Amino acid sequence: MRGIRFALCLAVFPLVASAHAATPSEDLIRQGEYVARAADCAACHSVRGQPPFSGGVPFDLPMGRIYSPNITPDPDHGIGSDTEEQFARAIREGVRKDGASMYPAMPFPSYARLTDADVHALFVYFRYGVKPVATTPPASTIVWPLSMRWPLTMWRGMFAPTPRQAAAKTTQRSFPDPVLARGAYLVEGAGHCGACHTPRALSLQEKALTAADGDLYLSGGGSVDGWHPPSLRQENRTGLGRWSEDDIVAFLRGARASEGSAFGGMADAVQHGTQYLTDDDLHAIARYLRSLPARKTPDLVWKYDPTTETALRRGDVSARGARVYVDHCAACHRDDGRGYPAVFPPLAGNPVVMDEQPDSLITLLFKGAIVPASHNAPSAFVMPPFAHVLSEQQMADVLSFIRGAWGNDAAAVDVEVVRKLTPKESGAGGVKMPLN
Amino acid sequence: MTTKNADAIVVGAGWAGSILAKELTEAGLKVVMLERGPDRATAVEGAYPDSIDELRGAIRHRLFQDLSRTTVTIRNKIGQTALPYRQLSAFLPGEGVGGAGLHWSGVHFRAAPDDLALRSNVIARYGQKFIPEGMNLQDYGVTYDELEPFFDKAEKVFGTSGEAYKINGKVVGNGNVFAPSRSDDFPLPPLKDVYTANLFRKAASDAGYHPYSLPAANASRQYTNPYGAQMGPCNFCGYCSGYDCYMYSKASPNVNILPVLRKDPNFTLITRAHVMRVDLDSTKTRATGVTYLDLDSNKEVTITADLVVLGAFQFHNVHLMLLSGIGKPYDAQKNEGVVGRNFVYQTITTSRAWLPENQFTNQFIGTGGGGVAIDDFNSMNFDHGPHGFVGGSPVWVNQAGVKPIAASTIGGGKDAPRWGAGYKKALVNTYRHAMAIDAHGSNMAYRDVFLDLDPTWKNTYGQPLLRMTFDWQDNDIRMNRYVVSQIEPIMKALGATKYELGMLEPGKPFDTRLYQTTHLGGGAVMGDDPNTSAINRYLQSWDVPNVFVIGSNAFPQGMGYNPTGMVAALAYWSAHHIRTTYLKSPGPLVRV
Repeated sequence: MRGIRFALCLAVFPLVASAHAATPSEDLIRQGEYVARAADCAACHSVRGQPPFSGGVPFDLPMGRIYSPNITPDPDHGIGSDTEEQFARAIREGVRKDGASMYPAMPFPSYARLTDADVHALFVYFRYGVKPVATTPPASTIVWPLSMRWPLTMWRGMFAPTPRQAAAKTTQRSFPDPVLARGAYLVEGAGHCGACHTPRALSLQEKALTAADGDLYLSGGGSVDGWHPPSLRQENRTGLGRWSEDDIVAFLRGARASEGSAFGGMADAVQHGTQYLTDDDLHAIARYLRSLPARKTPDLVWKYDPTTETALRRGDVSARGARVYVDHCAACHRDDGRGYPAVFPPLAGNPVVMDEQPDSLITLLFKGAIVPASHNAPSAFVMPPFAHVLSEQQMADVLSFIRGAWGNDAAAVDVEVVRKLTPKESGAGGVKMPLN
Repeated sequence: MTTKNADAIVVGAGWAGSILAKELTEAGLKVVMLERGPDRATAVEGAYPDSIDELRGAIRHRLFQDLSRTTVTIRNKIGQTALPYRQLSAFLPGEGVGGAGLHWSGVHFRAAPDDLALRSNVIARYGQKFIPEGMNLQDYGVTYDELEPFFDKAEKVFGTSGEAYKINGKVVGNGNVFAPSRSDDFPLPPLKDVYTANLFRKAASDAGYHPYSLPAANASRQYTNPYGAQMGPCNFCGYCSGYDCYMYSKASPNVNILPVLRKDPNFTLITRAHVMRVDLDSTKTRATGVTYLDLDSNKEVTITADLVVLGAFQFHNVHLMLLSGIGKPYDAQKNEGVVGRNFVYQTITTSRAWLPENQFTNQFIGTGGGGVAIDDFNSMNFDHGPHGFVGGSPVWVNQAGVKPIAASTIGGGKDAPRWGAGYKKALVNTYRHAMAIDAHGSNMAYRDVFLDLDPTWKNTYGQPLLRMTFDWQDNDIRMNRYVVSQIEPIMKALGATKYELGMLEPGKPFDTRLYQTTHLGGGAVMGDDPNTSAINRYLQSWDVPNVFVIGSNAFPQGMGYNPTGMVAALAYWSAHHIRTTYLKSPGPLVRV
């Protein structure tokens, strides 16, 4: 951080002058804002309650904590003194103005695909459409020698494509349908969906950056803050195999669809980003995602099994976890596990419920979750936390029950797994609750 | 003292205030809404399972008014010294965002057309002399047909479940045969009958009456209202009245309006802002804004605005008018003046049937607005001639979920032992096999029933408390006793092994210790005559035309129906005329 500030001081004079030279059109600024939303810049650079894009979002890496920088146009604290060329290099190549490499928390391997036009619009937006904020986020806690940046340069060289390579794989790839091409651009590029939904190697690079890199792409990522990003491929049970194009569009527009609701990290992604995308772009994303074949074979088909529903309707709660389910979950998710579409999500056939990794389910029980309000769907819905109500054993039981019921047939959850994955803080912590 | 400016100030964040704030921001006004209580959200107040804690909720009054800061005083008769209402019991005003609209049950009626012109109707049918001495019987000055579009709008915003009888003059279903024609169906189908409601439906029909499903703002399925706000479906958990609905299925300002309103850049909500008075200019005919006490800083703040809307609870609106000098205070000796006049309540008594022990009534199940009712003895639906009283009463099974502590206070009926094994046995028997039938009746207005400023008691802010002078009157006692006596054939048709008819007792004064209803009304009523009403037919103050007073304070007498549907319709009606007429040319909307 100090390095950046020092470099900024040197560079301030000529750049401030040039910043005043041009007056871009309002349309271009709005286009840049749209790209910023599609790229979900706010997810990492805005803290709730702080001015937009003033940075300070913490990232806990194995070697310490880093904070996202201020990317407002303030010349001393933000990026107001960057030239467009420097800005473009940062976005697409992960190279700071001082030449040092960024941590790959910045999804530059995905952003490498952004077109010159979109990068230009983004630059204009961050120069003229964002209010400058004169604050600097806390310094990184990574100490020397781990704080040295040269290994990151090597990482970059090995794992991040150059914009030219990236373009070759995305925008210049041939698609049968221009809508699919647009979808690929948004998902693989700006949307950087793979940052969460693609598995990463030990050396932290995404194992695939595009659909062309193989079927690991978007096949489900590693857990972040207890939330496990599921596969976005066409697996019938654990992916989007049973989601229609309209379901995916509804989900991205309003965080809720008949097949499921957004929570955890995806709630933020909808709130900052996808709710603002045009219907055309959302359909492009949906169509592209639906073009990614299932990775797992054989791809077992989920089929509703009424046995659990019949038993619960009879008042039979003898199955392990059934009693907890009826007392704490069934009001919203119902005996038949189907929930109330677009209000309370179904558990029957929900890919999150059947995922091999039960992390999200455990975090949901512990912390609860918020389906956020958006301008398309102004009502937020909150699942309350149950950490103060249920024991770890009861949680394991009820999750095993849910994963086994209604044809879900997913593996039971051992109490040891619940213990291991117990979030350090129960409850929603500092999360601001929606007011409805 | 600091001064902020707004186009309009809305006092109170309940239904009336939220509807007005929504409408006025839609009209492009900068609106500041002031609420003296805290902000409230289903995510917090309704977090399951903590939310359905009866001790914390209904018994310890989680969502109700904090009487330690300000309350009312109550006396039965002129000449008595009123005493402060220190413990919530007879009625339960709300506090905090959502107001009483957050903790209400959900029964959502349209007014009966005859009730809106009750004086004219009684005179037309029975002559002037039929009106008892001392009764201030009045018309609303607005008709059902005028209000119909606003009843319709309110139902669509609330997500109301019900069954229509007549739409555009054509009979369409098995709804209430006494209900007026509607322009559209209910937005949601009726809630299912719980067992006791279904028994009542059959028994009432056998007795020759006309049962119908209660209209309920408890969503029978998931719903998205015209604002885009969503509701979940009711699961009959029984935690409606006194609680924030964890299923998001009971309509509330918090769920149905505020999610949209809060996003409007023209809207500002200030909580913990206790409004002290509406500020008037030197002519006392124009409001300049309001002054409130910021309960966190303990400092007074004045906001100026062109328009002031009082949307607080019924008696708080009247209190604010008296404290601010808006309108002439009522003088009971002379029956003159309008603010405090026609303070009304409702006559509510519960009758109970005990069924054979093989019939389990499952009273823990329920929904606040659901049930089955008859209107055969409500409003002008029956001949009052032989009875000599004015008013009426719907009768219903509105099983809203009997919670354990409440069940223990019901006990085992009048003859049951008050303690010991006999008490327990009767208590259990009642909980398992009894059902309640309510007569939820009107209460007329009288010269010597009114509101004024108490000469003795002050609130914690140094202002005189509002004083209620209230007692039951012969007309209403006789009305109640007549209607309840008509429940007897239903009891017989139910096959009750035992039943008790709950009636008002002549000579027994109003008892503040027993919960009756929170349906208080009047005190600043609407009408066509400034000598008998405080506000005109658009709910605009006759004396200070840039002040509108929205709420059940506008009811000239207490109707048999629950008031919220009428309050919401009046709010939309008033807002419509503010938007279409008043804002274009501010001034009195009615000239006498």
